Amino acid sequence: MEIATSERLDAVFAALADPTRRAILARLATGEASVAELALPFDMSQPAISKHLKVLERAGLVSRGHDAQRRPRRIEGAPMAEAIAWLEKYRAVWDANYARLDGLLAVLQAPNPDTSQ
Amino acid sequence: MPVDVSTPSDREIRTARTVDAPAALVFECHTRPDLLKRWLLGPDGWTMPVCEVDLKVGGAYRYQWLGAGGETMAMSGLYREIDAPTRIVQTQLFNDDPASEAIVTLDLVETDGRTTVINQILYPSKEARDMMLQSGMAEGMEAGYGRLESLIAEIGEG
Repeated sequence: MEIATSERLDAVFAALADPTRRAILARLATGEASVAELALPFDMSQPAISKHLKVLERAGLVSRGHDAQRRPRRIEGAPMAEAIAWLEKYRAVWDANYARLDGLLAVLQAPNPDTSQ
Repeated sequence: MPVDVSTPSDREIRTARTVDAPAALVFECHTRPDLLKRWLLGPDGWTMPVCEVDLKVGGAYRYQWLGAGGETMAMSGLYREIDAPTRIVQTQLFNDDPASEAIVTLDLVETDGRTTVINQILYPSKEARDMMLQSGMAEGMEAGYGRLESLIAEIGEG
Protein backbone atom coordinates (compact mmCIF):
# COMPACT_ATOMS: atom_id res chain seq x y z
CA MET A 1 0.00 0.00 0.00
CA GLU A 2 1.42 3.38 -0.98
CA ILE A 3 1.81 6.28 1.39
CA ALA A 4 -0.60 8.40 -0.61
CA THR A 5 -3.28 5.79 -0.04
CA SER A 6 -2.49 5.66 3.65
CA GLU A 7 -2.69 9.46 3.98
CA ARG A 8 -6.02 9.46 2.24
CA LEU A 9 -7.24 6.73 4.59
CA ASP A 10 -6.21 8.87 7.57
CA ALA A 11 -8.20 11.81 6.25
CA VAL A 12 -11.22 9.60 5.57
CA PHE A 13 -11.13 7.95 9.01
CA ALA A 14 -10.74 11.34 10.72
CA ALA A 15 -13.68 12.70 8.74
CA LEU A 16 -15.83 9.67 9.61
CA ALA A 17 -14.99 9.85 13.33
CA ASP A 18 -17.50 12.66 13.90
CA PRO A 19 -21.23 11.79 14.26
CA THR A 20 -22.42 15.02 12.61
CA ARG A 21 -20.23 14.36 9.58
CA ARG A 22 -21.52 10.80 9.37
CA ALA A 23 -25.07 12.17 9.48
CA ILE A 24 -24.24 14.65 6.72
CA LEU A 25 -22.91 11.80 4.59
CA ALA A 26 -26.04 9.77 5.30
CA ARG A 27 -28.15 12.71 4.12
CA LEU A 28 -26.02 13.21 0.98
CA ALA A 29 -26.29 9.51 0.20
CA THR A 30 -29.96 10.18 -0.57
CA GLY A 31 -29.09 12.99 -3.01
CA GLU A 32 -27.18 16.27 -3.30
CA ALA A 33 -28.09 19.17 -1.03
CA SER A 34 -27.13 22.80 -0.40
CA VAL A 35 -25.52 23.96 2.85
CA ALA A 36 -28.84 25.51 3.94
CA GLU A 37 -30.65 22.24 3.27
CA LEU A 38 -28.02 20.29 5.16
CA ALA A 39 -28.24 22.64 8.16
CA LEU A 40 -32.01 22.15 8.49
CA PRO A 41 -32.16 18.76 10.30
CA PHE A 42 -29.25 19.67 12.57
CA ASP A 43 -29.40 22.17 15.38
CA MET A 44 -26.40 23.94 13.88
CA SER A 45 -25.56 27.17 12.08
CA GLN A 46 -24.65 27.14 8.40
CA PRO A 47 -21.03 28.15 9.20
CA ALA A 48 -20.76 25.17 11.56
CA ILE A 49 -22.08 22.86 8.85
CA SER A 50 -19.68 24.46 6.35
CA LYS A 51 -16.79 23.62 8.67
CA HIS A 52 -17.79 19.95 8.73
CA LEU A 53 -18.22 20.02 4.95
CA LYS A 54 -14.65 21.32 4.55
CA VAL A 55 -13.32 18.31 6.48
CA LEU A 56 -15.40 15.99 4.30
CA GLU A 57 -14.22 17.76 1.14
CA ARG A 58 -10.55 17.52 2.17
CA ALA A 59 -11.02 13.79 2.66
CA GLY A 60 -12.48 13.59 -0.82
CA LEU A 61 -15.78 12.30 0.54
CA VAL A 62 -17.86 15.28 -0.62
CA SER A 63 -17.65 17.46 -3.73
CA ARG A 64 -19.50 20.51 -5.01
CA GLY A 65 -22.06 20.32 -7.78
CA HIS A 66 -22.25 22.58 -10.82
CA ASP A 67 -25.20 24.78 -9.84
CA ALA A 68 -23.45 28.10 -9.01
CA GLN A 69 -26.44 29.42 -7.07
CA ARG A 70 -27.11 26.57 -4.67
CA ARG A 71 -23.57 25.15 -4.66
CA PRO A 72 -24.99 21.74 -3.79
CA ARG A 73 -22.75 19.18 -2.10
CA ARG A 74 -22.74 15.57 -3.14
CA ILE A 75 -21.17 12.41 -1.84
CA GLU A 76 -18.13 10.85 -3.56
CA GLY A 77 -18.00 7.08 -3.32
CA ALA A 78 -14.39 6.12 -4.07
CA PRO A 79 -12.56 7.28 -0.90
CA MET A 80 -15.30 5.82 1.27
CA ALA A 81 -15.14 2.52 -0.60
CA GLU A 82 -11.37 2.41 -0.08
CA ALA A 83 -11.70 3.03 3.66
CA ILE A 84 -14.46 0.44 3.95
CA ALA A 85 -12.38 -2.10 2.01
CA TRP A 86 -9.46 -1.62 4.40
CA LEU A 87 -11.73 -1.94 7.44
CA GLU A 88 -13.32 -5.05 5.95
CA LYS A 89 -9.92 -6.74 5.71
CA TYR A 90 -9.27 -5.92 9.33
CA ARG A 91 -12.75 -7.07 10.30
CA ALA A 92 -12.27 -10.38 8.47
CA VAL A 93 -9.13 -11.13 10.49
CA TRP A 94 -10.89 -10.44 13.77
CA ASP A 95 -14.03 -12.28 12.71
CA ALA A 96 -11.81 -15.33 12.18
CA ASN A 97 -10.12 -14.88 15.55
CA TYR A 98 -13.38 -14.47 17.45
CA ALA A 99 -15.01 -17.39 15.63
CA ARG A 100 -12.15 -19.55 16.93
CA LEU A 101 -12.55 -18.00 20.40
CA ASP A 102 -16.26 -18.93 20.32
CA GLY A 103 -15.30 -22.54 19.59
CA LEU A 104 -12.66 -22.58 22.30
CA LEU A 105 -15.01 -21.08 24.91
CA ALA A 106 -17.66 -23.66 24.01
CA VAL A 107 -15.16 -26.46 24.53
CA LEU A 108 -13.94 -24.97 27.83
CA GLN A 109 -17.51 -24.64 29.11
CA ALA A 110 -18.68 -28.08 27.99
CA PRO A 111 -19.88 -30.39 30.83
CA ASN A 112 -16.73 -32.51 30.56
CA PRO A 113 -14.33 -30.10 28.96
CA ASP A 114 -11.16 -31.41 27.40
CA THR A 115 -9.10 -28.31 28.07
CA SER A 116 -5.72 -29.90 27.48
CA GLN A 117 -5.60 -29.66 23.68
CA MET B 1 -22.02 -12.49 15.23
CA PRO B 2 -19.89 -9.93 13.36
CA VAL B 3 -17.16 -7.98 15.08
CA ASP B 4 -17.78 -4.24 15.28
CA VAL B 5 -14.80 -2.31 13.88
CA SER B 6 -14.52 1.45 14.25
CA THR B 7 -11.89 4.18 14.10
CA PRO B 8 -12.46 6.56 17.04
CA SER B 9 -9.63 8.74 15.68
CA ASP B 10 -7.06 8.52 12.88
CA ARG B 11 -4.57 7.00 15.34
CA GLU B 12 -6.96 4.40 16.78
CA ILE B 13 -8.68 1.20 15.81
CA ARG B 14 -11.37 -0.29 18.04
CA THR B 15 -13.05 -3.68 17.83
CA ALA B 16 -15.94 -4.95 19.94
CA ARG B 17 -17.37 -8.46 19.97
CA THR B 18 -19.64 -10.27 22.44
CA VAL B 19 -18.87 -13.89 23.33
CA ASP B 20 -20.94 -16.42 25.24
CA ALA B 21 -18.81 -16.84 28.36
CA PRO B 22 -18.09 -15.06 31.65
CA ALA B 23 -15.27 -12.50 31.75
CA ALA B 24 -13.02 -14.69 33.92
CA LEU B 25 -12.84 -17.37 31.22
CA VAL B 26 -12.41 -14.84 28.42
CA PHE B 27 -9.58 -13.27 30.43
CA GLU B 28 -7.87 -16.67 30.61
CA CYS B 29 -8.19 -17.04 26.84
CA HIS B 30 -6.33 -13.72 26.49
CA THR B 31 -3.52 -14.51 28.93
CA ARG B 32 -2.79 -18.28 28.88
CA PRO B 33 -0.38 -19.29 26.08
CA ASP B 34 -1.96 -22.74 25.64
CA LEU B 35 -5.32 -21.03 25.01
CA LEU B 36 -4.03 -18.04 22.99
CA LYS B 37 -2.39 -20.44 20.53
CA ARG B 38 -5.81 -21.91 19.79
CA TRP B 39 -7.58 -18.77 18.62
CA LEU B 40 -5.40 -15.67 18.11
CA LEU B 41 -4.18 -16.80 14.71
CA GLY B 42 -5.41 -14.35 12.08
CA PRO B 43 -6.07 -15.89 8.68
CA ASP B 44 -6.54 -19.54 7.89
CA GLY B 45 -3.27 -21.46 7.73
CA TRP B 46 -1.34 -19.40 10.28
CA THR B 47 -0.10 -20.89 13.55
CA MET B 48 1.53 -19.37 16.65
CA PRO B 49 4.64 -21.44 17.46
CA VAL B 50 5.89 -18.88 20.01
CA CYS B 51 3.60 -17.55 22.74
CA GLU B 52 5.28 -16.28 25.89
CA VAL B 53 3.37 -14.45 28.60
CA ASP B 54 4.77 -13.03 31.85
CA LEU B 55 1.49 -11.79 33.26
CA LYS B 56 2.47 -9.02 35.66
CA VAL B 57 2.81 -5.26 35.42
CA GLY B 58 6.14 -4.68 33.66
CA GLY B 59 6.19 -8.30 32.46
CA ALA B 60 6.81 -9.09 28.80
CA TYR B 61 4.81 -11.03 26.23
CA ARG B 62 5.73 -12.24 22.78
CA TYR B 63 3.58 -13.79 20.06
CA GLN B 64 5.20 -15.10 16.91
CA TRP B 65 3.12 -16.42 14.02
CA LEU B 66 4.07 -18.68 11.16
CA GLY B 67 2.27 -18.47 7.82
CA ALA B 68 1.48 -21.32 5.47
CA GLY B 69 4.26 -20.11 3.15
CA GLY B 70 6.86 -19.95 5.93
CA GLU B 71 6.52 -16.20 6.56
CA THR B 72 6.72 -15.00 10.15
CA MET B 73 5.22 -12.10 12.05
CA ALA B 74 5.70 -11.04 15.66
CA MET B 75 3.94 -8.90 18.23
CA SER B 76 5.60 -8.21 21.55
CA GLY B 77 5.51 -5.74 24.42
CA LEU B 78 5.09 -5.13 28.12
CA TYR B 79 2.05 -5.25 30.39
CA ARG B 80 1.30 -1.81 31.81
CA GLU B 81 -1.92 -2.50 33.67
CA ILE B 82 -3.57 -5.77 34.67
CA ASP B 83 -6.96 -5.77 36.35
CA ALA B 84 -8.26 -9.35 36.12
CA PRO B 85 -10.73 -10.17 34.74
CA THR B 86 -11.78 -6.85 33.24
CA ARG B 87 -8.83 -4.93 31.84
CA ILE B 88 -5.34 -5.24 30.37
CA VAL B 89 -3.23 -2.40 28.99
CA GLN B 90 -0.10 -3.40 27.12
CA THR B 91 2.43 -1.96 24.70
CA GLN B 92 2.67 -3.61 21.29
CA LEU B 93 5.64 -3.69 18.93
CA PHE B 94 5.24 -5.04 15.43
CA ASN B 95 8.20 -7.23 14.42
CA ASP B 96 10.24 -5.78 17.30
CA ASP B 97 10.36 -2.32 15.72
CA PRO B 98 10.40 0.30 18.52
CA ALA B 99 8.95 2.89 16.11
CA SER B 100 5.79 0.80 15.81
CA GLU B 101 4.97 0.88 19.54
CA ALA B 102 1.23 1.09 20.06
CA ILE B 103 -0.85 0.97 23.24
CA VAL B 104 -3.43 -1.82 23.32
CA THR B 105 -6.29 -1.65 25.81
CA LEU B 106 -8.47 -4.71 26.35
CA ASP B 107 -11.72 -4.28 28.26
CA LEU B 108 -13.96 -7.21 29.18
CA VAL B 109 -17.51 -6.18 30.07
CA GLU B 110 -19.65 -9.00 31.49
CA THR B 111 -23.45 -8.84 31.36
CA ASP B 112 -25.69 -11.80 32.25
CA GLY B 113 -22.90 -14.32 31.79
CA ARG B 114 -21.88 -12.97 28.38
CA THR B 115 -18.82 -10.81 27.81
CA THR B 116 -18.16 -7.98 25.38
CA VAL B 117 -14.51 -7.94 24.34
CA ILE B 118 -13.38 -4.40 23.50
CA ASN B 119 -9.94 -4.03 21.99
CA GLN B 120 -8.58 -0.55 21.33
CA ILE B 121 -5.22 0.10 19.65
CA LEU B 122 -3.68 3.56 19.83
CA TYR B 123 -0.84 4.09 17.38
CA PRO B 124 1.90 6.54 18.38
CA SER B 125 1.86 8.43 15.11
CA LYS B 126 0.56 8.47 11.62
CA GLU B 127 3.94 7.05 10.47
CA ALA B 128 3.56 4.04 12.75
CA ARG B 129 0.15 3.27 11.40
CA ASP B 130 1.38 3.77 7.84
CA MET B 131 4.07 1.20 8.54
CA MET B 132 1.45 -1.18 9.83
CA LEU B 133 -0.66 -0.64 6.72
CA GLN B 134 2.32 -1.18 4.45
CA SER B 135 3.79 -4.12 6.32
CA GLY B 136 2.18 -6.68 4.13
CA MET B 137 0.21 -7.99 7.06
CA ALA B 138 -3.00 -6.80 5.48
CA GLU B 139 -2.23 -8.74 2.31
CA GLY B 140 -1.08 -11.78 4.27
CA MET B 141 -4.16 -11.72 6.41
CA GLU B 142 -6.41 -11.28 3.43
CA ALA B 143 -5.72 -14.74 2.09
CA GLY B 144 -7.72 -17.83 2.73
CA TYR B 145 -11.01 -16.74 4.23
CA GLY B 146 -12.85 -19.05 1.86
CA ARG B 147 -11.93 -21.97 4.06
CA LEU B 148 -12.93 -20.26 7.28
CA GLU B 149 -16.09 -22.32 7.63
CA SER B 150 -14.22 -25.62 7.64
CA LEU B 151 -11.67 -24.23 10.06
CA ILE B 152 -14.36 -23.26 12.52
CA ALA B 153 -15.99 -26.67 12.15
CA GLU B 154 -12.66 -28.37 12.79
CA ILE B 155 -12.02 -26.34 15.93
CA GLY B 156 -15.57 -26.97 17.07
CA GLU B 157 -14.86 -30.69 16.98
CA GLY B 158 -11.54 -30.25 18.81
